[in-house]
Amino acid sequence: MTLGATALGYRIGHSQLLEGVDLDIQPGRMTAVLGPNGAGKSTLLRLLAGEMAPDSGTIHLNGRRYQHWSREEVARQVAVLPQSSSLGFAFTALEVVLMGRIPHASGHTRDLEIAQACLQETDCWHLRHRPFPVLSGGEQQRIQLARVLAQLQDQTDNHPRYLLLDEPTAALDPAHQLLTLQLARRRADQGMGVLVILHDLNLAARFADRVLLLQQGHPLALGPTDEVLTPDRLSGLYQLPMQVIDHPNGQGKLVVSL
Amino acid sequence: MLARAHLGRQVLVVLGVLLLMVMLFSTTVGPMHILWRDSLDVLIGLGGSNGPADTIITSIRLPRALLGMLVGAALAASGAAIQGLFRNPLADPGLIGVSGGAALAAVAVIVLGGTTLGSLVNWMGPYSLMLAAFGGGFATTLIVARIATTRTGGTSTNTLLLAGIAINIITGAGIGLFTYMADDTQLRTLTFWSMGSLGGALWEVVLSAGSLIVLVLLLLPGLARPLNALLLGESEARHLGVNVDRVKRRVMLLSALAVGAAVAAAGMIGFVGLVVPHLVRLTLGPDHRYLLPASALLGGLFLLVADMLARTLIAPAELPIGLLTSIIGGPFFIALIMLQRRRYSL
Repeated sequence: MTLGATALGYRIGHSQLLEGVDLDIQPGRMTAVLGPNGAGKSTLLRLLAGEMAPDSGTIHLNGRRYQHWSREEVARQVAVLPQSSSLGFAFTALEVVLMGRIPHASGHTRDLEIAQACLQETDCWHLRHRPFPVLSGGEQQRIQLARVLAQLQDQTDNHPRYLLLDEPTAALDPAHQLLTLQLARRRADQGMGVLVILHDLNLAARFADRVLLLQQGHPLALGPTDEVLTPDRLSGLYQLPMQVIDHPNGQGKLVVSL
Repeated sequence: MLARAHLGRQVLVVLGVLLLMVMLFSTTVGPMHILWRDSLDVLIGLGGSNGPADTIITSIRLPRALLGMLVGAALAASGAAIQGLFRNPLADPGLIGVSGGAALAAVAVIVLGGTTLGSLVNWMGPYSLMLAAFGGGFATTLIVARIATTRTGGTSTNTLLLAGIAINIITGAGIGLFTYMADDTQLRTLTFWSMGSLGGALWEVVLSAGSLIVLVLLLLPGLARPLNALLLGESEARHLGVNVDRVKRRVMLLSALAVGAAVAAAGMIGFVGLVVPHLVRLTLGPDHRYLLPASALLGGLFLLVADMLARTLIAPAELPIGLLTSIIGGPFFIALIMLQRRRYSL
C-alpha cells in the first residue's frame, strides 16, 4: 500500500513538464522533492494528488487508480497543502481549519476538537478567532497546514494516509519552518506517507528519509537522503558550487554553497 | 464555541419573525388604510367578509407583498451564491450581466410575442416569459464565467466586471432595438419593466414565479458546504472531495432560474443581490450555511420595505422600485469599491 507513480509524464503543448518519474510514497516515510525552479516539482505533486491526469504512466493510491476511488474516499486519504492561498472572504482561522473536516462524517463536536488540536499543533491557537484575510502570509500558511492536518485525522476507512506539502516553509520564519517539518516528521513516524517539496537543502537533509532530485522534469536521483545529497550532484543540479560538511552538533550533514 | 454559528441561528429566527411582521404591516399601508387587526383576520382566514378591505388585501396587497418577498429573496440568495461561485464579493447578478441577459430574452418574448413566437407564448402562459428570462440569464452566466475564469481556475475581479460591462452594453443595445420595434402598448410594458415594479403582482404571476423561486431557495442551501470549500480555491475544494464542476453548474443553473423568474415577474431590480449578502457577511461571516438563508430572508425584507416606500413616498403616484433600489444601491456600491481598494488594492 503506497501512493505510487510509474513512468509518469506530463506535458502542456510542446513542453514536456515531467518525464519518466517513478516514485513511491510509502507510509511511515518522509520523501523530499528538490530541484531548481521550473523542475516540475509542483506538477509532480499535483499529478500525485489526482488533481490532473498524467499524459503517460500510472498512479496508484493504495492499490487502486484514482478513478476507482470516490472523491470523498480520496480526500480522506490524501491531503494537499498548496503553495499559496487566495482566500479573500473573512472566515475565521478556526472556520478555515474546520473545512478540513468536510470529507468526514465525524460530527461537529469531534470536528471541533480536531480543529482545535491542529491549531495548537501549528502554533495558531491565538489566531483562531481572527479573520483569515488579515493574517500575515506565514500565519495563513500555518492555518492552511492545520487545515490539511485536520483533514487526515480520525479516518475510519483504515487506509494509509498521505500528506503532500508544496513548499510548506516558504513564508515562514526559521522557528516555524522547524516546527512545520517536525510536525510532518511526526506524522510520518505515526505511519503517514509524507511528500514535501523544499528549497532548503538543509531542512531536507535533516528531516527526510529519502530525496528525489528533479532536473527539467527528469529524475536526477532518488534514494536515501545521505546518498543522494552529494556535493557533485548538487553543484551540477543548481549550477552553483556546493559542499556537504558535517553538522557542528555532530549529527547529520550540512549543505553550504561556496 | 463557534459564536458565529450561534449568532447565525438567532439572526435567522429574528429575520423570519420580522419578515412576517413587516408583511402584515405592508398589507395595512396604502390609499385605503386598514387596521392591522382586520388585516391579520383576513390573512389567517378569519375575516369572513368585511367588504372592500378583504378584496384589497387578498387580490392586491397580499400578492404584491408575497411577490416582493419572493423577488427580494431570489435576487439576494442568488447574488450570494454567484459571489461564492466567482469567489468575488462584487459579483451581483445585475452588475455581471445576468439580469440584463434575462431581461433581453424576456423583452424579446414581449415584443416578438405578437408575431412568430405568439402561439408558443400563448400556450405556455406566464411561464414563457420566465423560461425565456431563465435562458437569457443562464446563457450570460456561462459567457461571463467563460470570459472571467483564469487559467488557474480563479476569476479576476477586473475581467469579471469588464465582462459585465460589455454584456450590459450588448443587452442594453438589444433591449433598445426591441424598444424601437415595439408598438405603443408594448412600449408601456417595457418601460415599466426596465425600471422594475411589483405592480404586476397578479396571483398567477406570484404562483408561477414563486414556485420556481421557492424551488431554488430549497435547493441552494444543499450547496452551502461545497460553496464554502470553493472559497478556499478550486483545487483546494477538489482536494476536499468536492465535485467542483458539478457544484459550479448547479449554482449557475439555480441562480439563473431564480434571477430569471424574478426579472420576468418584476423587471430589473438592481443591487439587491449586492447589498444584502454584503450586509449579512458583515454580521454573520461568509459561511454559506447561514449566508444563503439569511440573505434570502433579508432580501425579502429589504424589497418589501422598498416597495412600501415606492408605493407611499409620492402617493397617489408610484415610484418604480428598481429606481429606489438603485438610489440606495449605487452609493453603497461606490462605498464598497472604496473599501475594497483600500484593503486589497483592487
